[in-house]
Amino acid sequence: MTRAPILSFTDKGIYCAAGDFYVDPWYPVARALITHGHADHARPGMGTYLATDGTLPIMRHRLGDISAESIAYGQVIRIGDAQVSFHPAGHVPGSAQIRIEVGGEIWVASGDYKITDDGLSEPFEPVPCHHFITESTFGLPVFRWAEQATVAAEINTWWSACAAAGKTAFLGAYALGKAQRLLSMLDPDIGPILTHTAVENSNRVLRGQGYTLPATRHASADLIPKNHPGAIVICPPSAMGSTWARRFGPQETGFASGWMAIRGIRRRRAGDRGFVISDHADWEGLLSAIKQTGAENIYVTHGYTDIFNKYLNENGWQSRVIPTQFEGETAGAEEQA
Amino acid sequence: MKRFATLFNAIDQSTKTTVKVAALAAYFTEADDLDRLWTVALFSGRRPKRAVTTTRLREWAAEVAGVPLWLFEDSYAIVGDLAETISLILPATLSGDNRPLSQWINDLRGLADVDEAARKAFVLNAWQRLGGSERFVFNKLITGGFRMGVSQKLMTRALAQATGKSEAELAHRLMGNWHPDTHSWHSLIEAEDASADASRPYPFYLAYGLEQEPQDLGAPSDWRAEWKWDGIRGQLILREGAYFVWSRGEELMTDRFPELARAIDHLPSGTVLDGELLVWQAGADKPASFNALQPRIGRKTVPKKLLSEAPVVLHAYDLLEWQGDDIRDRPFAERRALLEMACVDLPSDAPVKLSPQLAFPDWDRLAEYRRDARDAHAEGLMLKRADSPYLAGRKKGDWWKWKLEPLTIDAVMIYAQSGSGRRANLFTDFTFAVRNGDDFVPFTKAYSGLTDAEFRQITAWVRKNTLQKFGPVRQVTPHHVFEIAFEGIQPSSRHKSGVALRFPRMKRWRKDKPLAEANTLDDLNEMLRIYG
Ligand SMILES: [Zn+2]
Ligand SMILES: [Zn+2]
Repeated sequence: MTRAPILSFTDKGIYCAAGDFYVDPWYPVARALITHGHADHARPGMGTYLATDGTLPIMRHRLGDISAESIAYGQVIRIGDAQVSFHPAGHVPGSAQIRIEVGGEIWVASGDYKITDDGLSEPFEPVPCHHFITESTFGLPVFRWAEQATVAAEINTWWSACAAAGKTAFLGAYALGKAQRLLSMLDPDIGPILTHTAVENSNRVLRGQGYTLPATRHASADLIPKNHPGAIVICPPSAMGSTWARRFGPQETGFASGWMAIRGIRRRRAGDRGFVISDHADWEGLLSAIKQTGAENIYVTHGYTDIFNKYLNENGWQSRVIPTQFEGETAGAEEQA
Repeated sequence: MKRFATLFNAIDQSTKTTVKVAALAAYFTEADDLDRLWTVALFSGRRPKRAVTTTRLREWAAEVAGVPLWLFEDSYAIVGDLAETISLILPATLSGDNRPLSQWINDLRGLADVDEAARKAFVLNAWQRLGGSERFVFNKLITGGFRMGVSQKLMTRALAQATGKSEAELAHRLMGNWHPDTHSWHSLIEAEDASADASRPYPFYLAYGLEQEPQDLGAPSDWRAEWKWDGIRGQLILREGAYFVWSRGEELMTDRFPELARAIDHLPSGTVLDGELLVWQAGADKPASFNALQPRIGRKTVPKKLLSEAPVVLHAYDLLEWQGDDIRDRPFAERRALLEMACVDLPSDAPVKLSPQLAFPDWDRLAEYRRDARDAHAEGLMLKRADSPYLAGRKKGDWWKWKLEPLTIDAVMIYAQSGSGRRANLFTDFTFAVRNGDDFVPFTKAYSGLTDAEFRQITAWVRKNTLQKFGPVRQVTPHHVFEIAFEGIQPSSRHKSGVALRFPRMKRWRKDKPLAEANTLDDLNEMLRIYG
């Protein structure tokens, strides 16, 4: 007897018939379960949302007045015939993998994830399952992340050199997640830490939930740059080179992203420095996550899908590529999602 | 190697010319003679003979990384650089090696004399001992291509800072056939009497495209004009009874153009000509089009038949050395007069011809010449100030090229492929088609011409409008119209459409044009009839 799979891949996104809900849907649906607050996963227009306690405040901040409920990590609830729970994905603070069990069969939609502990996000938790949906943003063996401490030292060395040369260091990163992770890596003894409005807004929400971040100062329009010599400014990449940024006078620009591993992309960004740091798993990270789930059936999305899928199939998994509208796949070097 | 890798990083990490030059100058001041000599050699495209084939490198790297070869190859296709792919895919290691650059190069050259097992052992050991950018640099030493973000111009400037010599002198010293085996730092850079070998060319003077109206250049009488030929720029050197032909890319092409040997019979030793290599059929009154030159390009030896079908001449337009004297400092008008005198007795079958000057009383007349350029098989005009010296490299002010407007056609994008290296995560390589009834007939590919923002935009669109995937190629919904600019068109049996374009690129993304207004196969054939 064959039966319909627990999760199916539809035009609107990942759908669970047993519970009549979607995971990270692309188009408006009645009920949406959201893995994390990045814009290509948490979209507006859903009837009702369910997300972790850590993610919901960010969603409310970004999506405004929505009908939503939140859930703690590990708490099991019933939706229709499905048992659902959320587990840390280690991607950004509050991010989750969603475990769905129907009639003893377990599926995990992992959203975006990384398996290294960044000291800020709740560390990735392997969830045993039969079917595992994985991203593959950096699903090539050329992507190998260095220890966070190594990259932190590179960034701090660069910042010190900028400060010594009388320049402001501008470090570009996505406003939610990456920016806060970078903040936690900075050595506040070097100088003042300033933040762009978009970053400071995320900071406020995360601090409100009890995440610890170093002291920052909002670089608003009335901040006087020369009163903050030797500063580093954390901002979205789009703000670099803007009128706002030019007020700071002599400056260097750095860019933090997994894509910076590739020299060609690093040079195309035309900043002064590229730092290789990502909130997505690297090649080894993806493989180890998949192994730890014990799943035999893998669904690859979001990235170097064809290549990663072929490798998995050659190495004993039943794997297939599923279509995606997640833009994080290659969103320039911005690596948003 | 550490110092060289540090230099490499400093250059690679900065986009600012001043920072790069300062890093290079500091290196040229501090490094020992052999290392700095090799650095100059590497940055000017001279590399040690390849000790290991890239096929072996790929196999060994895949083996050490523990990945199947196809996965290595797929990764390479995305990264776009073999040396980089290898250094990224191998397990990280800490560097603990103090051998200087020249020592590494010598060891690599020594591999020519040992068997493959020993080569492999050497390479694998190096991969293990060299971390990060040192490993990348090591791989580059094997695979070549060290001109990374350091132009000859930039290196010459740094050398000038480090040695106190002028850039022009250094540029000349670095031209031609030298090698770290035949020269020392002293003989190449410092020695008073740079006893150059007979083949040493002069740096080419390169013009920028005209940005303003020619009227803004001043009085027409201050200027000289000639056709801008559509061939291969070349320098013909006649010294010590021998001849040498250099390309603009500093490639010695003497053996490819044996017909130029007869120049020795007609011009005295101690003559250096700047000109254009063009096919010129016996008895013709103008050169053949660029299409005729095509079969001669990239051919190291020339079969007799081809030599008679497509005979090449040097169309001379400048004289750099006369009677053994470097006359580049003299005004162009004076050099030109000497050139005309030298060419006055050339028989019509000599392999050197004088490129004519175009008389123009006013700028309007010159504009008329430009409009006729295609008929003359030229790609536009060259404007040279009468009193200009022959400078080294690309300089603004005295020389301008005033090219024809390119040909254009509005085409439909039907396939997309992602780029590599700089553009590894964008769709940048597109195939374009013309309409033929309800069909789309592909006729050209194009890669360049859009801004990064446009590439990002089209990338997002391609992802959502893919009809089918063929490996890395995606067939997309015919929807977007692009204006394709190109320099020439010719019949081709290798292309389905029956035509091949020269230098096709995307001039504009015609978001304003609906599909139905793209050009048709009939339009394309009409262009072939007129311009082919
Ligand atoms: Zn994300
Ligand atoms: Zn994402």
